Amino acid sequence: MSSGFKAGRGGTVIADFDVAEVSVLRSLMAQILDLIEPGTTGDDPLERALGIGSSEEPTDPVLARLFPSAYEDDELSAEFRRYTEATLRDAKRADAQTMLDSAVPGRVELTAEQAQAWMRALNDVRLALGTRLEVTEEIHDEIAGMPEDDPRYPAFVTYDWLTYLQDTLVRALW
Amino acid sequence: MEVERPSADVRPDLPWLTIVWNDPVNLMSYVTYVFQSVFGYSREKAEKLMLDVHHKGKAVVSSGTREEMERDVQIMHSYGLWATVQRDS
Repeated sequence: MSSGFKAGRGGTVIADFDVAEVSVLRSLMAQILDLIEPGTTGDDPLERALGIGSSEEPTDPVLARLFPSAYEDDELSAEFRRYTEATLRDAKRADAQTMLDSAVPGRVELTAEQAQAWMRALNDVRLALGTRLEVTEEIHDEIAGMPEDDPRYPAFVTYDWLTYLQDTLVRALW
Repeated sequence: MEVERPSADVRPDLPWLTIVWNDPVNLMSYVTYVFQSVFGYSREKAEKLMLDVHHKGKAVVSSGTREEMERDVQIMHSYGLWATVQRDS
């Protein structure tokens, strides 16, 4: 299994991935791109230019976690969402696309900018998976006590690996 | 000339706050890193804020005008942190 990220030269980071690992990462990023649709704006050209879009909170718990409400007050929250969510969707999609394009088997060397995109994209996919799996802060103990034939086992192990990968990436960038 | 008294609750200088809430997914290392790189806080201050989020469930990570706090919350959301804007009370 990959030993995670290490700091490279000139602000780059380096990791080695095998074919199976790259296939997992790429498949997860493709799922994120499916899940997060491009930011949609109204037909009005001005609204489109300003990125003004929907003000409704997503009903899917994963999307609600990726695009949380900014205010306790529903009306203020809707207004904030209307002006920001479309831009945020596009930014998250761009991060996932960067990771999808640069995840290749063998040695991966990321520029500082690509590394930031990977860090955010890994966090987004962990948020998505973590929300679906309803993980708690005791995830490590949970996995340790889970029989390998538990149907949730592969997903939890994948989540744990993504956690490890993100943590090594953060530490390589520090 | 009669001076119109401003209503008592018009306090334009009252700061607004960015609150970050605890969640079981975001890594302690990542949250500290984000506070350092977004707000330019020292590692010590960023770690203290991260631990406040972790142990107390939330922490005020910045304060200022409403516009500034909305911008900060937008940045927090772009990093996947769960953040809200609140008026200081």
